[in-house]
Amino acid sequence: MAKTRDALIDPLFNNNPIALQVLGICSALAVTTRMDTALVMSAAVVVVTMCSNFFVSALRNQIPTNIRIIVQLTIIASLVIVVDQVLKAYLFELSKQLTVFVGLIITNCIIMGRAEAYAMQNPPGMSLIDGLGNGLGYGAILMITAFVRELLGSGTVFGTTVLPLASEAGWYTPNGLMVLSPAAFFIIGLLIWALRSWKRDQVESE
Amino acid sequence: MLEHYLSLAVKAMFVENMALAFFLGMCSFLAVSRQVKTAVGLGGAVIFVLMITVPMNNLIYAHLLSPGAMAWLHPSLAAYDLSFLGFLSYIGTIAAMVQIVEMVLDRFAPPLHAALGIFLPLIAVNCAILGASLFMVERSYTLAESAVFGLGSGVGWALAVIALAGIRERLRYSNPPEGLRGLGLTFMLVGLMALGFMAFAGVQL
Repeated sequence: MAKTRDALIDPLFNNNPIALQVLGICSALAVTTRMDTALVMSAAVVVVTMCSNFFVSALRNQIPTNIRIIVQLTIIASLVIVVDQVLKAYLFELSKQLTVFVGLIITNCIIMGRAEAYAMQNPPGMSLIDGLGNGLGYGAILMITAFVRELLGSGTVFGTTVLPLASEAGWYTPNGLMVLSPAAFFIIGLLIWALRSWKRDQVESE
Repeated sequence: MLEHYLSLAVKAMFVENMALAFFLGMCSFLAVSRQVKTAVGLGGAVIFVLMITVPMNNLIYAHLLSPGAMAWLHPSLAAYDLSFLGFLSYIGTIAAMVQIVEMVLDRFAPPLHAALGIFLPLIAVNCAILGASLFMVERSYTLAESAVFGLGSGVGWALAVIALAGIRERLRYSNPPEGLRGLGLTFMLVGLMALGFMAFAGVQL
């Protein structure tokens, strides 16, 4: 039981895919200007990581080692097509805003990385949990970044006004930098700094 | 006409830089930017693969996947819309192209293969490559436009990774706070570089 819990909880803080393993930053940052897109993106990644880990693990004894990358890519790409079609059917507006970034989940290194590092060696059940944990660890960073960017950039949380804007007779002057791409890098950099000051063993040696 | 292509290339290189404006290819961007030498190798490989795969995927989309595209095979096929197979075909093309490029280089240009060797397999899962193909489809570029776009975005990505590697080589002599060392500081740096690249916004030829 403890092992299952570790597989689920560890990726959240102790072994976070973005902050420590440096995986999956690619498609992450561009969707964090607003919380609703970030939430949809996190959910999509959680689903894909879970399912791909499960299927790769279930097939791990059948996959020949020298073509395993292409087999894993095919599994992941098929799952992403399913997610993309579901999003287009039920959340059309949001899927328009996510543009190419849904497709880019295929090359999200978290998914390949976990399939390669965990699912190829472990049974399907545990791999599913590991996928869930890593997806959530990724989602956590995404949601924190999106929260800061949306709150300071446009004074809203999930589209609801929290800080009334000066242009709409409120008092808050939005920080324009927050909606631009450099802000995402600064926030993630600060997050990593905070996490590493808390968990000192993650500090990189020279 | 030439101006149109030139402006497309400049836009792909600077204004809409793959790495700094769209965060694409970040994993290898951060991992391989420790030394200028390896950064140059990876940058070259990315330019090379992008130049080939974007026009290639453009052909596949225009003649096989887009709605009604298969009419040239047989009139009865005109009703099919296979665009949902896009992701699978693009990533398949990219993985196959990378493999072929590697074999061709190994056979005909061993020095180049030795220089790019270890980076080529990595490139199959670089989001900048797949991202360029997806942007190409979304913005419905023609074949010539997609070749220019592929080249431009490859050069832009390579420039960014080489510049970052140059800065990081110097940073080895700095003394940042412990928690910021390595990854954290690199993120800040990339942020500042992205800020710098924003100066190109609105540049038109």
